[in-house]
Amino acid sequence: MTPVTRLTRDPIDPLALLRSVTGSRHGAALLFLGIVRNVNDGRAVSGIEYSAYEAMAARELAAIAEEAEQRFRAAQVAIAHRLGELGLEDASVGIAVAHAHRGVAYDASRWIIEELKQRVPIWKREHYVDGSREWVDPSGHPAVPVATGEAP
Amino acid sequence: MEPMSVTVLLFASYADALGASSLRVDLPVDATVADVLARLRARPGAERLPPSPLVAVNQRYATAASLVRPGDEVAVIPPVAGG
Repeated sequence: MTPVTRLTRDPIDPLALLRSVTGSRHGAALLFLGIVRNVNDGRAVSGIEYSAYEAMAARELAAIAEEAEQRFRAAQVAIAHRLGELGLEDASVGIAVAHAHRGVAYDASRWIIEELKQRVPIWKREHYVDGSREWVDPSGHPAVPVATGEAP
Repeated sequence: MEPMSVTVLLFASYADALGASSLRVDLPVDATVADVLARLRARPGAERLPPSPLVAVNQRYATAASLVRPGDEVAVIPPVAGG
């Protein structure tokens, strides 16, 4: 089956995401949720605003899901990522993985979230309790330097 | 008059830095991503960009040496922070 991936401004329905991947051939089904947390780097967070280069982000999400289904053979994958204004405890990302066996399902789930954080052009601006806002740079530098001169 | 132009998309902190989310940039033929970045650097606020920002051409990650063609969509991509 083609994996289901989407960017959405509506709340993620965790059970619907999970049900979209489960089937009688799968002995394991996992749901990962990324949650808006109330503190980051010692600052009290009140919410997060997510934005994206939507066309490319959708393409990258689909590519990650397809790569996951090939890399972790016979895994079934669904990914949803929120955009817009999120409050504390809202789910910003949901990843559902089903596989015949739990080991592969855990591996695939972890691989997907790490790839997503590396590749998908989504940004977040944290809103702090003191009223200030800042774009979050998790790396401090680009993940894929473009100055190397190597062909794409 | 340069012979071609491309659309440059800016996002998040880079859009804030340059005060725009989309720009037209005129270029000579056989221009590269590095040439696009050089044109951007002439604009006010561009000093806030890092030395080698991520760039995508037509929604795929590219390098400084990647060629750009008339009508291409070039995106300058801040450090991603999904999840």
